[in-house]
Amino acid sequence: MAMILIDSLVKRFGAFAAVDGISFAVERGTVLGFLGPNGAGKSTTMKMITGFLPPTAGRVRVCGHDVQAEPLAAKRRIGYLPEGAPTYPDMTPLAFLEFVARVRGLKGRAAIDRAVERTDLGAVLHQPIDTLSKGYRRRVGLAQAILHDPDVLILDEPTDGLDPNQKHEVRRLIRAMAADKAIILSTHILEEVEAVCTRALIIGRGKVLAEGVPDGLNWRFGDLEAPPGGLDALFRRVTLGEAA
Amino acid sequence: MTGTLAIFRRELAAYFATPVAYVFIVGFLLLAGIFTFYVGGLLERGQADLRPFFQFHPWLYVVLMPAVAMRLWAEERRAGTIELLLTLPVDLSAVVLGKFLAAWAFTAVALALTAPVWLTVNVLGHPDNGVALAGYVGSLLMAGGYLAVCAALSALTRNQVVAFVLGVVVCLLLTVAGSPIVLDAVAGWAPRALIDAVAGFSVLTRFAAIMDGVIDLRDVVFFASLIALALFANALVVDLRKGVG
Repeated sequence: MAMILIDSLVKRFGAFAAVDGISFAVERGTVLGFLGPNGAGKSTTMKMITGFLPPTAGRVRVCGHDVQAEPLAAKRRIGYLPEGAPTYPDMTPLAFLEFVARVRGLKGRAAIDRAVERTDLGAVLHQPIDTLSKGYRRRVGLAQAILHDPDVLILDEPTDGLDPNQKHEVRRLIRAMAADKAIILSTHILEEVEAVCTRALIIGRGKVLAEGVPDGLNWRFGDLEAPPGGLDALFRRVTLGEAA
Repeated sequence: MTGTLAIFRRELAAYFATPVAYVFIVGFLLLAGIFTFYVGGLLERGQADLRPFFQFHPWLYVVLMPAVAMRLWAEERRAGTIELLLTLPVDLSAVVLGKFLAAWAFTAVALALTAPVWLTVNVLGHPDNGVALAGYVGSLLMAGGYLAVCAALSALTRNQVVAFVLGVVVCLLLTVAGSPIVLDAVAGWAPRALIDAVAGFSVLTRFAAIMDGVIDLRDVVFFASLIALALFANALVVDLRKGVG
């Protein structure tokens, strides 16, 4: 059974269609990469999957629960890192995680301890979040998303603004969790797709423009093929219609 | 219920996480003191009651309740945490209620800290403490009404200053709804029933009765309805505007 099932999803803001008929399914064990230029509809799609925005048309099912009809059941199965990893700056990471754990009805410290260990936050647990570096703040956001060990993880630009070491750490974490979850992440960094994803969708103007899977060392998008490091050219070709 | 409680605890802690809470409480106590003793002349008028203290509360609240509530939703929207909050497995109504109750509890703490005024009157004379208690209950109810209205207004914007100014304007209109300032504006054209309805919203009129020690069920129902209506509007506004940045 597909963990995430998206069927002809549409979101219009006035006359503008931010998402214009997207359908796909994600199985357990998959890390699906959302690629696309800014304004392509990646974040809007994620906001509909997580139940933040209602779709104009179409349906989202998470672990068999329709996000519109059974929002709480769906939300319990989802961990979500919104774009920019928003957190409450006055709180410490510990207080913040305790808050999320309480809202999610998690008892005891086990879940918090595990999330802290996985995101390596132990050193800064008692410092206000607004005094932390960008890398740590991102990790606090990630810790919140994986706190309840969700079946589905939605990560909107999880490595945006991190230094190369921090990027490496976050990717390692995602790979480590990939086996028993369905993960969707959006990114502008094409090497990230090669590093962590097992599938990728190129999204533009609210539509799925191409779907790709790794094929040996290469990535194959329909009849287009990208050698290692060659996704850049393929991406431009798909999104702009340029010759490779 | 666990959701409401968790939100309540976080919001209440958020007031005390920054100096805002202490600045507010000190400001409230100072202003209440100045009005009570200098403007109201509590000591000079030779009567052991708390009227000089309570009669300025509607006006204090017009400015102070928007300050307490302005952060509730505007800041969530500005920081983007609203996306985090509303994708947690908790009903929107539970979030709305938790935030409101935190603001109300915070106000109750500030109000409780005015107890020395009550004690002073008890030392100097023999006030009717039932009337004083009615005043406190009424004042807290009135604060709840203002807070609920201001919380809903806070959800309209991502800017706390805008939320504050909107709050002051609407609270002021609510306060003086029964006075010529508002009634003259509708009296020329509106039917009698509407004029009466507008006048019925006057917080000032209702609070005046409570200050006399009369907690009329109708006044309690009025404030409870005002709170319920504003919280309903609050949830509606949050739901309709969450896609708007």
